[in-house]
Amino acid sequence: MHPSSGYRLHPQNYIAASGHYSQGPGKMTSLPPESQCGDYYSGLYPVPTHSPTPSTVSQPPAAQQLYSRGPLPPQMMGSSPGSFQGAAPSASHLHTSASQPYSFVNHCSNPAVYSANSSVASQGFPPTCGHYAMSTVSNAAYPSVSYPSLPAGDPYGQMLTSQNTPIFRPVKDNSFSGQSTPISHPSPLPPPPSQQQQQQQQQSLSGYSNPLWSAPGLQSTQDNLNRNHTASPATASNNPVHTDLLSRPVMQNAQSPKPSPVVSTVLSGTSATRTPPAANHPVRPVASATQPSELLQHKGMQYGEYVNNQASSAPTPLSSTSDDEEEEDEDEEAGVDSSSTTSSASPMPNSYDALEGGNYPDMLSSAASSPAPDPAPEPDHAATLAPAAPQPTKMSKPFGYGYPTLQPGYQNAAAPLNSGVQSSSSMYSGFQQYTQPYPGGNQLSSSLAGLSLQSSPQPESLRPVNLTQERNVLPATPVWAPVPNLNVDLRKLNCSPDSFRCTLTNIPQTQALLNKAKLPLGLLLHPFRDLTQLPVITSNTIVRCRSCRTYINPFVSFIDQRRWKCNLCYRVNDVPEEFMYNPLTRSYGEPHKRPEVQNSTVEFIASSDYMLRPPQPAVYLFVLDVSHNAVEAGYLAILCQSLLENLDKLPGDSRTRIGFMTFDSTIHFYNLQDGLSQPQMLIVSDIEDVFLPTPDSLLVNLCESKELIKDLLNALPNMFTNTRETHSALGPALQAAFKLMSPTGGRVSVFQTQLPSMGAGLLQSREDPNQRSSTKVVQHLGPATDFYKKLALDCSGQQTAVDLFLLSSQYSDLASLACMSKYSAGCIYYYPSFHCTHNPSQAEKLQKDLKRYLTRKIGFEAVMRIRCTKGLSMHTFHGNFFVRSTDLLSLANINPDAGFAVQLSIEENLTDTSLVCFQTALLYTSSKGERRIRVHTLCLPVVSSLADVYAGVDVQAAICLLANMAVDRSISSSLSDARDALVNAVVDSLSAYGSTLSNLQHSALIAPSSLKLFPLYVLALLKQKAFRTGTSTRLDDRVYAMCQMKSQPLVHLMKMIHPNLYRIDRLTDEGAVHVNDRVVPQPPLQKLSAEKLTREGAFLMDCGSIFYIWIGKSCDNNFIEDVLGYPNFASVPQKMTHLPELDTLSSERTRSFITWLRDSRPLSPILHVVKDESPAKAEFFQHLVEDRTEAAFSYYEFLIHVQKQICK
Amino acid sequence: MEAVVFVFSLLDCCALIFLSVYFIITLSDLECDYINARSCCSKLNKWVIPEVIGHTVVTVLMLVSLHWFIFLLNLPVATWNIYRFIMVPSGNMGVFDPTEIHNRGQLKSHMKEAMIKLGFHLLCFFMYLYSMILALIND
Repeated sequence: MHPSSGYRLHPQNYIAASGHYSQGPGKMTSLPPESQCGDYYSGLYPVPTHSPTPSTVSQPPAAQQLYSRGPLPPQMMGSSPGSFQGAAPSASHLHTSASQPYSFVNHCSNPAVYSANSSVASQGFPPTCGHYAMSTVSNAAYPSVSYPSLPAGDPYGQMLTSQNTPIFRPVKDNSFSGQSTPISHPSPLPPPPSQQQQQQQQQSLSGYSNPLWSAPGLQSTQDNLNRNHTASPATASNNPVHTDLLSRPVMQNAQSPKPSPVVSTVLSGTSATRTPPAANHPVRPVASATQPSELLQHKGMQYGEYVNNQASSAPTPLSSTSDDEEEEDEDEEAGVDSSSTTSSASPMPNSYDALEGGNYPDMLSSAASSPAPDPAPEPDHAATLAPAAPQPTKMSKPFGYGYPTLQPGYQNAAAPLNSGVQSSSSMYSGFQQYTQPYPGGNQLSSSLAGLSLQSSPQPESLRPVNLTQERNVLPATPVWAPVPNLNVDLRKLNCSPDSFRCTLTNIPQTQALLNKAKLPLGLLLHPFRDLTQLPVITSNTIVRCRSCRTYINPFVSFIDQRRWKCNLCYRVNDVPEEFMYNPLTRSYGEPHKRPEVQNSTVEFIASSDYMLRPPQPAVYLFVLDVSHNAVEAGYLAILCQSLLENLDKLPGDSRTRIGFMTFDSTIHFYNLQDGLSQPQMLIVSDIEDVFLPTPDSLLVNLCESKELIKDLLNALPNMFTNTRETHSALGPALQAAFKLMSPTGGRVSVFQTQLPSMGAGLLQSREDPNQRSSTKVVQHLGPATDFYKKLALDCSGQQTAVDLFLLSSQYSDLASLACMSKYSAGCIYYYPSFHCTHNPSQAEKLQKDLKRYLTRKIGFEAVMRIRCTKGLSMHTFHGNFFVRSTDLLSLANINPDAGFAVQLSIEENLTDTSLVCFQTALLYTSSKGERRIRVHTLCLPVVSSLADVYAGVDVQAAICLLANMAVDRSISSSLSDARDALVNAVVDSLSAYGSTLSNLQHSALIAPSSLKLFPLYVLALLKQKAFRTGTSTRLDDRVYAMCQMKSQPLVHLMKMIHPNLYRIDRLTDEGAVHVNDRVVPQPPLQKLSAEKLTREGAFLMDCGSIFYIWIGKSCDNNFIEDVLGYPNFASVPQKMTHLPELDTLSSERTRSFITWLRDSRPLSPILHVVKDESPAKAEFFQHLVEDRTEAAFSYYEFLIHVQKQICK
Repeated sequence: MEAVVFVFSLLDCCALIFLSVYFIITLSDLECDYINARSCCSKLNKWVIPEVIGHTVVTVLMLVSLHWFIFLLNLPVATWNIYRFIMVPSGNMGVFDPTEIHNRGQLKSHMKEAMIKLGFHLLCFFMYLYSMILALIND
């Protein structure tokens, strides 16, 4: 392989070869690897199968099953097999499109894709044609690729697996790096022999010469593998470690020399003398770059419009790479535009042949079928795309210079919509030109070029559903996010719906259209979600748009080799020199193959331009209530125990610091300075003007003072057992905590058990217990004082987040207290009527929550910026943060359980674009002291008709956004207003939809299929603790439910709003999925109605943070005996929170199902076994939202009510 | 006497005009991201009470001096000012709350309000000027 000339120009790139594209072990999440792959798929693409296991996904039969379930038009299935020969790897993810009823083109290419893959599988070929070679190379580029739970196979099997996965993100999705074994491959199952033959026939039909292609691919693959083995050790070395990391800002609180209030006491009971640990731990290089696990995907598609643009747009000469450096404001993500040398390169051979050749079959076929030959002036383009091209001999054409060829992504891309696009030559006209992907689809696609919703038969999501007639509106399987109606290549590159969702997956063109649809438009974000894999990019130049500062992403378009066009502001930018070189493939001149352009979720290691100060260390401060009330509740023992257990797992590095404060009517500090023999308690009784007694020794290095900390934690639960102090000076304690944290920033965890009664920020009880079940006005949902808000803003300004744990038995005015967390980007936990012995389930919940809380990932001094395509604007944000400027959210801390929502409006018409993009960039300091930027990009089509808007509704996202809006409304206006607004949302949207239907009778309540769950979910919202009226609800419970709605990510919030109900007394293996050698039964979802609860059955309700198992009165004794371990119903205890591990089949099934449900979420839920007749059953029954309660409609009544409103 | 009333009103009105301009400038600074919401709101909240007082004084003065037309003209604006000040929720940090100013288009509505007030005060300014000159001539 000869390096290109451009390649030679940059010898330094090689010298510094190391893990630029690396995935640090620290990025690995704690999720079980077995379910990673599958969960990702299934979350991303709503394929209606039980696909959450990699094993299912990777088997060819399963793949077939996938698309055979889709609504394939029969005539398409029957089209001639040979015509599909051009199936390219880019199309192999088309399996998913089976569930996507919009595009014919996709369907017709499906069989080809599948069969092509299976042929390779069965024959056990090494890469048989160019495009296989290509994908092999791309896989092999990542030594740490491994497929969990799949047996190792031959090195080429992996390619097959990846190709058979329902989406073509094989490499990306399957990359579970962090292991040192280079590659472990699955051994694919051979497909049925008949298919093999068919495939062979197909291949011979098309006249491709397999050996010819396989040769270079094979060779290069081996080459890659070898090199990767040898080079991987070198990759661990390159990480930007700042030498000044240790130099912390000097503590500056010169304390007021007040004589009286400092009392030094030595804690009793801890007298061990210890040798102090070695002084200053050196800063160790944070070796997060261990393996270049960055995975190359299929070729980018950004060049699709290249040809077109070249013909149409005159190149605007821009100054070359020496652009002036732009300093961004403050902590906003700064960026450098100057190009600089790549400091490292990933160990890859320069295998152009394999890479480029990989796309040949596809290109050829598409070129052959393309009606409009490419007018590109460059010779290699002409050669590639000329209609005369489809000769296999062309495959050996040397590549590696000049401009990459047209991307298959664009070739087979049907434009998402045609209106207004075809005429404009500006943006996506490249799409139309290459609408016909494969010879077989020729006649079809020519008639369907510029495919849009109108021209296709009515998609499933638009099927009218008569809600009052349809009894089972809830599907039997969980509801997945709808897939945006993009072409397949954009779709596969799009951001996972788990991280980024929009309420309308088809964005209306104008605000008028949006208003007509009467649906909320907004984004639901879960930006810091635990990811199973994440491309981490270390690069000197983070390529960003020069005007809007958008990060380069898969949806930008490359105008030519040196310029790219921003997809948000449409500015044309230069491609920096460094970006031209792709360290993954070690190739030059292929910026579209860089991982930034191949993945919609990436993480950059930021340079010092993105820092205002050296990255802060992880700092944790615990502020504990030790008044009589708190000691009585007994949370201290649980907290200290959890902390002791997880002290080593606290995220951080050698600089991690920790501190403790306790308070009742005075404030107690603990001097834990290394060198002391015992922790020293310092009591400050002047709460009017709080000061820090010894500012330097209150927050201590965790490693150095570990023994002292352990001593303190052991002593703390018993220190205050005899306290008679009932007052709580929370406000002054928080002020002290703020002073303590302000030099560094970090996390303050506040444990509070009662209403603050002393000092600043004291609160009065505002709840009138008689008003709890009032149907009229619910007051005091807002804060009583601005003290906590001001404090939170101060904290936020000093990069400190305050997390609140409220463990109270009586009213504690959460509405006011929550402000301290809301505006400082903290989180809120509430444990009503907490008592460590009287309420064991709450104690267990606290224990589990603490475990997660202490060990989960954390990002410090974060800011998040959300950008969207010109024309859209954000106007309201929901979540815990402080909005510092119009689109910049200041997050002192970010945690993986935080969700956000943004409301959007359309300010300018989007008529001249067919796609809109949204990008969130989260800049944070990791617990290891690295500055990182996590970027998510979502791309959605724009539609011009109302029907299309309805077809693309993501009902779950819409409900979550509505919930957020309703919380705002109930605080700013009133609860009844918010409830009315929720009902009106249903009424308006359904009546708006009804008015679009001309032929149907208007008396019935008709909803599009995409919205059929809307009334049900809204009814469920109305019955939530946050919004319900008439049922006795404590004010704190209500406020907490509201806080959760604002801050939880969509997946958790949906479970809270509409729990899942399963019948578990007759679990079978039918349709079961296999996870980690365990069979997990998949019982169908039941609707949340008592009519489904039979006395003979047992039911499991999954409410997100709580599981209920309801046991019917005449439940089968076998079940009770086998699963619960009791002889009959009567002997089952009232409070049962665990299932015994019994050695019976049904017990095993039940437990594996519950474990599987538990594994899918970060917080381990508490299990409650609820007997019919037991008093706890009310709690279970309140979740049955379809039923009538004394104060609320049943589902049917609600529908009738909505219908009446519509007819009015 | 009447001249004194109008001279005072004129000065007061000038102050209110300046205040409105200051509000507009500060809000547009926030809009353009030159200052952050926290400092913007603390700056503006400082001047909310002076504005209310200034405007109320003029209004009352007009009532006392029996200039009905000008009084009725001023009354709605003065009422709005006071209403807005009283209706601030207990948890908010003033009329301008940094945590909410970016939500629900509040920034825009504040801006609009400041613009309207500026126009109103300019109108009043010329009315006072005219009345003052008239009063001086009559004297």
